[in-house]
Amino acid sequence: MKPMKTMLVGATALVLLAPAVWAADSTDPIMIPLHNWSSQIVMSHVVGDIFTSMGNSVEYVTTDSQAVYESIRLGDAALEMEVWEGAFGASFDAAVAKGGIHAAGAHNAITREDWWYPAWTKEACPGLPDWKALNDCAALFKTPETGEKGRFLGGPVDWLKHDQEKVDALGMNFAVVNAGSAAAIWAEIGAAEKTKTPIVVFNWTPNFAEAVWPGEFVNFPEWVAGCNEDPSVGPFPDKTYDCGNPANGYLKIAAWDGMKDKWPAAYATLTKVSLTNPQIAEMAKLVDIDGMEPEDAAKAWMDANPDVWKAWLN
Amino acid sequence: MERDARFAGTAKLLLALAVGLMVFKAILPQGMIRPPEWLVLPFADWINVVFSFLQNDLGLMAVTRAFSAVVEWLLNVTANLLYGKSRWPNLGPIPWSVIAVTAFMAGYALKGWRLGLISGGTFVWIALMGQWKWAMETLSVIVVAAPFSVILGLVLAVLAWRSPRFERVLNPILSIAQSLPHFAYMIPVVVFIGVGPKAGAIVTIIFSVPPMIRMTLLGLKKVPEEVIEAAKMSGATRWQLLTRARIPTARSEILIGVNQVIMQCLAMVVLASFIGMPGLGQKLLQLLQSLKIGLSVEIGITIILLAVTLDRLTKAWALRQPMHEAASPSWITRNRLLLIWLTLCAIGFGLAHVFPYFLEVERRQALSVAGPVDALMDHLIRLITPVTLWLRWFLITWVLIPMRDAYLWLPFTAVLVLLAALGWAIGGLRSALICVAYFGLIAASGWWDRAMITVYMVCISVLIAAILAIPLALWGARNPERAGRILLICDTAQTFPSFIYLIPVIMLFGVNDVAVVAAVVVFAAVPLVRYTIEGLRNVPPEMIEAANMSGATQAQLLWHVRLPLALPTMLVGANQSVMFSLFMVIIAAFIGTQDLGQEMQRALSSTDVGKGLVLGFAVAFMGLLTDHLITRWSETRKRALGI
Repeated sequence: MKPMKTMLVGATALVLLAPAVWAADSTDPIMIPLHNWSSQIVMSHVVGDIFTSMGNSVEYVTTDSQAVYESIRLGDAALEMEVWEGAFGASFDAAVAKGGIHAAGAHNAITREDWWYPAWTKEACPGLPDWKALNDCAALFKTPETGEKGRFLGGPVDWLKHDQEKVDALGMNFAVVNAGSAAAIWAEIGAAEKTKTPIVVFNWTPNFAEAVWPGEFVNFPEWVAGCNEDPSVGPFPDKTYDCGNPANGYLKIAAWDGMKDKWPAAYATLTKVSLTNPQIAEMAKLVDIDGMEPEDAAKAWMDANPDVWKAWLN
Repeated sequence: MERDARFAGTAKLLLALAVGLMVFKAILPQGMIRPPEWLVLPFADWINVVFSFLQNDLGLMAVTRAFSAVVEWLLNVTANLLYGKSRWPNLGPIPWSVIAVTAFMAGYALKGWRLGLISGGTFVWIALMGQWKWAMETLSVIVVAAPFSVILGLVLAVLAWRSPRFERVLNPILSIAQSLPHFAYMIPVVVFIGVGPKAGAIVTIIFSVPPMIRMTLLGLKKVPEEVIEAAKMSGATRWQLLTRARIPTARSEILIGVNQVIMQCLAMVVLASFIGMPGLGQKLLQLLQSLKIGLSVEIGITIILLAVTLDRLTKAWALRQPMHEAASPSWITRNRLLLIWLTLCAIGFGLAHVFPYFLEVERRQALSVAGPVDALMDHLIRLITPVTLWLRWFLITWVLIPMRDAYLWLPFTAVLVLLAALGWAIGGLRSALICVAYFGLIAASGWWDRAMITVYMVCISVLIAAILAIPLALWGARNPERAGRILLICDTAQTFPSFIYLIPVIMLFGVNDVAVVAAVVVFAAVPLVRYTIEGLRNVPPEMIEAANMSGATQAQLLWHVRLPLALPTMLVGANQSVMFSLFMVIIAAFIGTQDLGQEMQRALSSTDVGKGLVLGFAVAFMGLLTDHLITRWSETRKRALGI
């Protein structure tokens, strides 16, 4: 009997609250999702602090970075500060197709994801960053599990980066090993740094790694539209995937469709938010290098850059 | 005996058939090497259809959301009290000094100074290390989830005890629930509940309720007839019989169940953060993500301390017999502890009011052991890298790759017949059918290759763990003091959040199977060590005496007396070892594997309920198969030994 009653009370409360739509921002907290990389967490706190200063209440919730688009679509979370074309474009597009979520803005930043090596690798293989030079140095990267081939440490399989296709298309003497998480890639770079072992991994910008370990992306044949689908495009006329990844992917901001009506003022501010690559890297650095807590890092960044964020206010 | 001989005959026949299938693999049709297409059933699609029907057509979503709204309301209350989230009743946060004093008094009242210092000290550590807010975020979920589990467990256990039919339905559900990997639960919860602390609380409740049901049911069944008789004679109604006679008599078992619930809740702290549970687990994942091992070890220590405190407190509560003292002269003497506690709390509130330090220690003022831990790790990694490089090369080239290829080479029909032979040898036709059914379903799920990789990793990990653990346990069991110390290490290794192991093993071995096996071995070894020590210690001294008198040498004593007598207990350890390995292999997907765990991780990030559950069931079936075989074997051994 009792759970039934409590459920009824809960259901009634929900029904009573639902039609309450005001012209001003709702007093319900705006749910901001956090993921497991620091620039996103700091940026979310910056936006959260701005919303709070506008009189809104804000709450943070940690979610999976792929599953978050489903949560936003259903209104469980209100927005997403970093939608990476390469990593989350597919999940985002799928959620957009189902309805309930849209792109509220875009950062003035480019994202790039590709094969990358830390600086000490170049000492062992001076021809870098050219991909042909990398291929000639393949023996430097061999490990017991890859035998005579060099090892390329890719991201998790579900990131769908087509590294194996690239290796096949370019006829490279490399074997692709997929790490299970970003943390696994960092741990490998961290371990390689201690012994200055040459290593080539999947990496992306902007993130904190470029501040910790200086390095470069490998220069593959330039990406052109159709290179992944049409064999005739790209340097090898009979191969698909015979090119690198796009060197300028988007970085968008996503919002729940209902946000516009529920928190109009906050939404208006959100659409104006735009950050650049150096600004995003700076946010990550405050946490990952300077060891600040994300909340404090957000405050520190806002104190240092008032003109940037004040321009977003209405 | 005759029955056993017949079992052995059929088993040999089946074994010969399996070997035949392997030998003639080259001429077998493709459909006998890998499950043919007609056999692979779209379980995932069926489950998804059922779920979407439940979710959209039946409107179950509204019910679950309403339920989660209730949970959320409770969570908001505890969140306000513990860390001052701005929600009703807007009283919090309670200063850390007050909570530490309360923990101390609880420990003191239950068992005395030592426990008081342990529990009070835990909270002082948390506060001084600047982890107060995270720990309170975690606790705010646990203090809601644990009572929920306890009540739900009690109710279900009473129902199962009243109706044998309900028990028959409940039992297999509990077995499957306890062997499903955690990630498999989480996907439906994300669909029905959403993300956030409420989802974390509900996953924790689902995960921690089975042991509570099991222990309560056990307790209720053990209530002696005399107690009931006496209660009936005093004219108790049925309700009174249950609440005044049965449940109080089953108190010890029920409280052990409560203890299990709390331990399971803490085990979920890190995993539940994948679906938005805030607090220590979430912080731990963030820190590991940026390779801050020292700081994450600090959080690991906090989780262990919390587990130890809550474990000791509930155990002390369980073992304390209700006291019926003579009426004391005055109210003050009777409530002395209560008064001391109230005074100390008042002092705590006062201090917090004057000095903010006693309200919350900020991160900047906090102490830290991260620096030395990082330096130690760094030093250790540099020091043993030459060894690990060799080990990595040796294991990969000579053990892991050949073994993995062998497992993948086996025709699936040969595996099924082999399992049937094993089942038949141990438990006759019934066991053989059970084995074939479990693995037949895995074959029909379409994940055969990945399942075989999981099996291979678990086998090699348990094997290595046994090679390391059993000699250690034999050495440890010789001397009670040493045994105590080894068991303490086991407890610590087991409570330490498993994710922290993942980063150091990658740094030592790189992203490959050696790292996975190294991480799994830690977890697989713990139950082996523990139960082997337990088993050896519990060998009756008369037996050893008798063997000594017949002039047995030390080696004979070990091989012919102590080990055989300890074997049934050791088998329980082996069973748990396989279970832990299965869970850990799934988690090790974060290093990078090609097994079921990797697919499960993918299913979680694409919230694919059907796929997640199919993979979860595949893992659960492996666990249930092992459980069945080991239980049957251990029963046979016990009967043979007359225990």
